[in-house]
Amino acid sequence: MATRTQVKQATFLANLQYVLGQNIRQYGMFIALFVIMIIFSITTNGIFISSRNLSNLINQTGYIAVLAVGMTLVIVIRHIDLSVGFLAGFLGAVAAIALRFWELPTIVVVPMVLVMGALAGLLTALPVAELKIPSFVASLAGWLIYRGALQLVTAGTGTIIIEDETFNAIGNGFIPDVPFSLIPGYHTLTLLLGVVAIVAYVLSEIRTRNKKLAYNFEVLPLDMFVLKLVFISTLIGLLAWIMAGYNGLSWTMVIVLLVVAIYHFVTTQTVLGRHIYAVGGNPEAAELSGISVKRITYIVFASMGMLAALSGVLFASRLRSATTTAGTLFELDAIAAAYIGGVSAAGGVGNVIGSIIGALVYVSLTSGMNLMGIDIAYQYIVRGLVLVAAVIFDVTTRRRGRSA
Amino acid sequence: MQTPILEMRQITKEFPGVRALDNVTFSVKRGEIHCLVGENGAGKSTLMKVLSGVYPYGSYSGEILIDGQPQRFFSIADSERVGIGIIYQELALVPEMTVYENIFLGHEVSRNGIIDWNETIRRADEMLRKVRLTVNPAAKIRDLGVGKQQLVEIAKALSREVRILILDEPTAALNEDDSENLLNLLRELRDQGVTCILISHKLKEVLSVADTVTVLRDGKTVCTLDAHKGEVNEQALIRNMVGREITNIYPPRNHQPGDEVVLELRNWTVYSAEAGRYLLRDVNLQVRRGEIVGLAGLMGAGRTELALSLFGNAPGYRVSGELWLKGRKREFRHPREAIAAGMAYVSEDRKAKGLILIQDVRQNITLANLRALANKGVIDRNAEIQVAEEYRKSLNIKTPTIEQQVVNLSGGNQQKVCLGKWLFVRPDVLILDEPTRGIDVGAKYEIYQLMNRLVEDGMSIIMISSELPEVLGMSDRVYVVSGGRIKGDLPIAVATQEKIMALAVDY
Repeated sequence: MATRTQVKQATFLANLQYVLGQNIRQYGMFIALFVIMIIFSITTNGIFISSRNLSNLINQTGYIAVLAVGMTLVIVIRHIDLSVGFLAGFLGAVAAIALRFWELPTIVVVPMVLVMGALAGLLTALPVAELKIPSFVASLAGWLIYRGALQLVTAGTGTIIIEDETFNAIGNGFIPDVPFSLIPGYHTLTLLLGVVAIVAYVLSEIRTRNKKLAYNFEVLPLDMFVLKLVFISTLIGLLAWIMAGYNGLSWTMVIVLLVVAIYHFVTTQTVLGRHIYAVGGNPEAAELSGISVKRITYIVFASMGMLAALSGVLFASRLRSATTTAGTLFELDAIAAAYIGGVSAAGGVGNVIGSIIGALVYVSLTSGMNLMGIDIAYQYIVRGLVLVAAVIFDVTTRRRGRSA
Repeated sequence: MQTPILEMRQITKEFPGVRALDNVTFSVKRGEIHCLVGENGAGKSTLMKVLSGVYPYGSYSGEILIDGQPQRFFSIADSERVGIGIIYQELALVPEMTVYENIFLGHEVSRNGIIDWNETIRRADEMLRKVRLTVNPAAKIRDLGVGKQQLVEIAKALSREVRILILDEPTAALNEDDSENLLNLLRELRDQGVTCILISHKLKEVLSVADTVTVLRDGKTVCTLDAHKGEVNEQALIRNMVGREITNIYPPRNHQPGDEVVLELRNWTVYSAEAGRYLLRDVNLQVRRGEIVGLAGLMGAGRTELALSLFGNAPGYRVSGELWLKGRKREFRHPREAIAAGMAYVSEDRKAKGLILIQDVRQNITLANLRALANKGVIDRNAEIQVAEEYRKSLNIKTPTIEQQVVNLSGGNQQKVCLGKWLFVRPDVLILDEPTRGIDVGAKYEIYQLMNRLVEDGMSIIMISSELPEVLGMSDRVYVVSGGRIKGDLPIAVATQEKIMALAVDY
């Protein structure tokens, strides 16, 4: 939305400069991710950029990415949820038990666990919404409780091996291919989906633009509009190409894309989304505008809990097992990803796309440094520095944007 | 003649666009109780902030003399050093700390940074005796009532060997007994040689304790009256406080509201558990269709609390009494229900309670009625832009685009965004709380015109305003609120500034 400008007749370069200048915060994260990927591609002689590595990287991002999406909304309404790491671990173990000992099918287990997650979220929200207990404390209690619960349910068995192949496919499997092949060695359905995505994206952008023109609203200059279409289409294409070069689109990726699409839609296009950001921006004004801050608090924490359950499913499935320490520090990784992605602790600012990019940056750093054989101690230090740099960048560009 | 303990000469203080103090001269004799009175916005608090160093030397022009010696205060610490102590309306105590910790907060009894607690408690006891407060010094502030907290504040000031004690509306939040206690204490302190400057809206109080009264109006000194020469009486004070020019900045209107009563309150009583007192008692009030009802009164009279309590009671007061809206008895549990029933409230503090500052004009305007723009919860973006554009044009909101963050707009335009938001819910009753505070004359006039248009179209408006000319210029009828009660119901034909002020200061 913010890419609409008043510049109508200007040179291509002036347009570009203006559009970039206006949106440096939005594009900054993409640029950072791009730079990190190039650096690692060089330092690892191209191993980093290989289809296989990127495919793995994205699958590893999955369980942090879904948490980061939920955490974004929690931080937007000026709260925090520390319980989600062990909640994910605990619900992953519940899923494993249900599959292994209760012999329930995946199709029953996954929805069941998601509902349990949402209920757990409501429980965290209860003292926060009703008694104004700080969410840090309420969710710290959850952190302890779910940690204990995880140890309790895995106490008898230790690690629970999951043998259900349907379930394990969630974290390890890839979408099936069509029976014919367009380019040998490439996953054809993934390529086709990429093409479909590009066409759908271009058509929807053109339709939105035409509608705006019909209403006489301001739009991007034509050259900038075309540039944006080309740029995003290239990104989608590249992603599809890289994925197709290995095993195609993974189920994890499908799930993450779905979650992001749904949350992006809800936050940008719906009344609920607007109410969430209003509560984050100024709770008192929101309340006086007829928005129930309590209700929003419950909804946001329930969504967080549900995504924690999803994260637990993804993780257990990826490891094909539930372990006694699953979920350790997930919450802090998700919080870091959200902050790298531009969420503000002051409330009301941040979006899910940013947080997903933040999660990718975060996991890329780990993956790249692992490939380079850098000691884990240095890795933590680098990640810390990147977090600080990202937040400083965010704060300073925001200040400039305000005075402009 | 004896040198005054304090003299402020030709003090002028400007804020962007406003001259808050204009050549004010203020002189206080040693060992007297000097009351400073004036309407809201007359400049009393600003003058005291200049004196106490909140506005540092150089940010105003003029001279401050203590005992005839010129002074330059760059901070509160500087003014404290010469013995000035100020006690604000909002008490500056730490609720979780004990009485004695609070009394010595910032100037602890210590040696090499280590606090001598025994000596602290002994001295605290001494100070408490001076203010005649019998509480355990180890009690926590939050366990004390407001009246006792006020005395702790005074003890704190005395412990710093204050010579000039300034109290800004100290009795505003107190009940009658506590107020009487406090006034007695001030008399005693005066007799012990402490000079007191008392800012007060309660004229009875002023009449009973003042040795001298200075009246401020529109940032200027109007007069200084000496009680011992018999110059201080109610009529003289009110006449000097209100003599404000009513310029014809109010657009003309036919004062002909309909007969239908749209909103009625019966025995509306509001208790705040937080403040521990009744904010409003037995309020009876009627608003007719197409009528502008002015709620006049001084700050703290309970007008904003009245608005909040009937608009869904967001602060969670304990409310009793009946609210009738369009012939139906209603009980709103949330502002949402009040909005749905046809009410809107434009808050007094638009930055803290009205706007989402980091969001843009469009998002703010549609916030209270998004569902009208949504289909199954999905917002129609184009319809939303159209609505925002409509209000931008009809209210003449000056902004480069409707995607501008409202934090970047001027006060007047921010206020118009607030109005747009509430007009978009298409209310029957619109409550405006200080609708023109802090905005420029041009925008004010536009808002007045808008109000006239709205009532002509059949809307009813309750206007809370502390500016008497505005109340008289815009209302069809005026209720005067004082001390949480309705003290008067004046048709516009008989209302005058003097009458309103006389009721407003009658506690």
